[in-house]
Amino acid sequence: MSETEVKTNPQGDPITSVAAPKSTGKQDPHGEAKRQKIVTPEYMFLEAPRTKEFITGSEAAKEAIRRSNVDLAIAYPITPQSETMQLVGVLYGEGYVKEYYRGEEEVGVMAAIAGGSRAGVRCYTATAGPGTLRGLEGIASWPGHRLPVVAMFTCRVVNAPLAIQPDNIEVAYLLNCGMIVFHAENQQDMFDFTMAGFTISEKNDVTLPVGVCCDGFFVTHARGYVRMQDRGIKLPPREAWRGAVPVLDAENPPARLSRDAPVQKSNFMAYNIHAVWQQEVWAAVERSRKYINKYMGGLLTAENVDDAEAIIIASGSAAAQSREAVRLCKDKGLKVGLIKVRSLRPFPTKELRELCKNAKLIVVPEFNYVGWLAKEVATAIYGYSKAKIIGGPRVYGGQSMPVELIVDEVESGLTGKKSTNVAMSQVMGGSISQDEVAHFMRSI
Amino acid sequence: MSLDYVKFSNGFEKFMPKEYRDMVEHGPFGKKVSVSQVGSFKEVLEEHPMCAGCAMTLFIRLAMVAFPNPEDTITVGTAGCGRLAISQAAIPFVYGNYGDQNGVASGLSRGLRLRFGDKPKDVVVMAGDGGTADIGFQQVLHSWFRKERFTTIMLDNEVYGNTGGQESGMTNRGAVLKMAPLGKKFEKMDMVQMAKVAGCAYVATVVPNNPRRVESVIKKAVLIAREVGSTYIQAYTSCNIEYAIPTDKVMEDAKTVENDRYQFTEYVSEEAKQYLTERYGYKEFLAKPAAAIPNKA
Repeated sequence: MSETEVKTNPQGDPITSVAAPKSTGKQDPHGEAKRQKIVTPEYMFLEAPRTKEFITGSEAAKEAIRRSNVDLAIAYPITPQSETMQLVGVLYGEGYVKEYYRGEEEVGVMAAIAGGSRAGVRCYTATAGPGTLRGLEGIASWPGHRLPVVAMFTCRVVNAPLAIQPDNIEVAYLLNCGMIVFHAENQQDMFDFTMAGFTISEKNDVTLPVGVCCDGFFVTHARGYVRMQDRGIKLPPREAWRGAVPVLDAENPPARLSRDAPVQKSNFMAYNIHAVWQQEVWAAVERSRKYINKYMGGLLTAENVDDAEAIIIASGSAAAQSREAVRLCKDKGLKVGLIKVRSLRPFPTKELRELCKNAKLIVVPEFNYVGWLAKEVATAIYGYSKAKIIGGPRVYGGQSMPVELIVDEVESGLTGKKSTNVAMSQVMGGSISQDEVAHFMRSI
Repeated sequence: MSLDYVKFSNGFEKFMPKEYRDMVEHGPFGKKVSVSQVGSFKEVLEEHPMCAGCAMTLFIRLAMVAFPNPEDTITVGTAGCGRLAISQAAIPFVYGNYGDQNGVASGLSRGLRLRFGDKPKDVVVMAGDGGTADIGFQQVLHSWFRKERFTTIMLDNEVYGNTGGQESGMTNRGAVLKMAPLGKKFEKMDMVQMAKVAGCAYVATVVPNNPRRVESVIKKAVLIAREVGSTYIQAYTSCNIEYAIPTDKVMEDAKTVENDRYQFTEYVSEEAKQYLTERYGYKEFLAKPAAAIPNKA
């Protein structure tokens, strides 16, 4: 596979322009888009040659949409997402996206995305922080309505107080919706996860929305190398007619849930129907595992875990910081492994149980206060590992995470020294002194 | 062709329920039916769980008879009494979330246009006064400002009927209802004026006791929404339960209210008039011929 680097100019490159290209006489502004060739997902993800470019996360998302045969994209500004959807607007001007508009706000946008998906077209939107929570009623209903959609969440602080800085607390809310949730570490992940998201979302035995999360600014506004397939190829279109759930196009008998109002009669059958429906949504989440393995190469990646004294488990930008912490630990003579979780829903429970069975120490650094990943990890490996799990260090509200914080936790965890950054209540498993925990709980 | 889905698969005819066979053999799909023929064909909405004497149900029935292309129509609604009936019709119905009907319809109609091009796929929103003027207000207004090409129908019973009789923005000033223990303190919202300001190509107010008129406004609204822009119909569909209207007086009430404060009004934009005239042969918007000069001889 040849890998030539394409030099780009951040200022002069059309990638960063938000205006649609001007029509120059006879030249068709949609010409390049019309010449795009459809390839199979297998070729796109596994075989197509790639070239490397140095671009921002927003540009990576744009380039993913260019190759994803998207029909309808709906935009609404919110920092730090705005750039992504305005770049998708450029794609609309160029004919790569067939329909696009700026919605009224997130409740309306998420509703219209649901409408578009019901019409049988491929839909994309993106939001962040307060926008995610504003749109959450709609977003949380997509899985129940079995709507294939890809939405990007460029995580930021949720008010109050007002702030626009990175903090991935909103992922905690998305985890319980019944949707598939990926967490991108960098620009490359943004590109890959978004494209794979469309393919996985529309698989008949999945038929669920996919949320691609990343940590705002760190990924959206920073540049990184992204290996991309040629822009002359794209994924096959959504084929609504062969979907598992009939779309609302008056060409097929409508699905029961679409036709009827929600089952809301107060009787045993109604409860039973709703219960079965919920089970089926989460069963579909489970069924997506095989496609995540196939198209994304697994729900997690593991580096140097086998004979490691300690394992750092992280997702998103915390994984990038952890990788650097692993290098610093190596300099100090500590053998530390890294597990990067790519898919939060479905969660790589089986993989973690296997990888962590002999671990003595697990450190879970996070960019949020509540520590949703530490809870997921502890729940997954409970009873399968004797490791002491340090739920931290954590930064939030826009703080960055110095890698030394992570190194400190690894060192203190291994020596048994008390951590200065992680509360005892956030240390789980292993040989925790219950007296110490009780003392801590009494003294707060 | 969508008519295929209302046909029998070979060999299944005799196993299909009577209701279904009636719909295939005597339903309105692929035919032109009118309200004057009601009783002679199978309607898309017959059985429903609505209260006895409900004017809203009558209106919904008439509206569905009037749909110009029922086999290619999709209705969109939200919480409220209306959807209990709308969802029972032999027309696909989208029930999304609270007050999101005009947002859903925006994405739906755009998506259907992408897939089916010029083939008409009529999207009709039917929601209550609370769903349209209160919780859905922002999406309703914005869909009109964007000139989204679908029809919005408000089933205005001037109260939250489904949740048990609370004040809505469309309740009249002074009405004592739940959540308005001292009477409503502000005027009924003027959604008709707002629809015009927001640029709707067709706006009408109507009551259900004149079936011909209901049929006329629905047909115009749906046809105009196909190409010209947003259309809005506001229908008085009383709640005989919450306003304690005796069942046998519901039509009388509608007549009284029509004469009092819900007169028939119709606004048609110039573009819509031209479109109806040229595309669908409407005569009513043609310039009236000058009165003949009396023969002096």
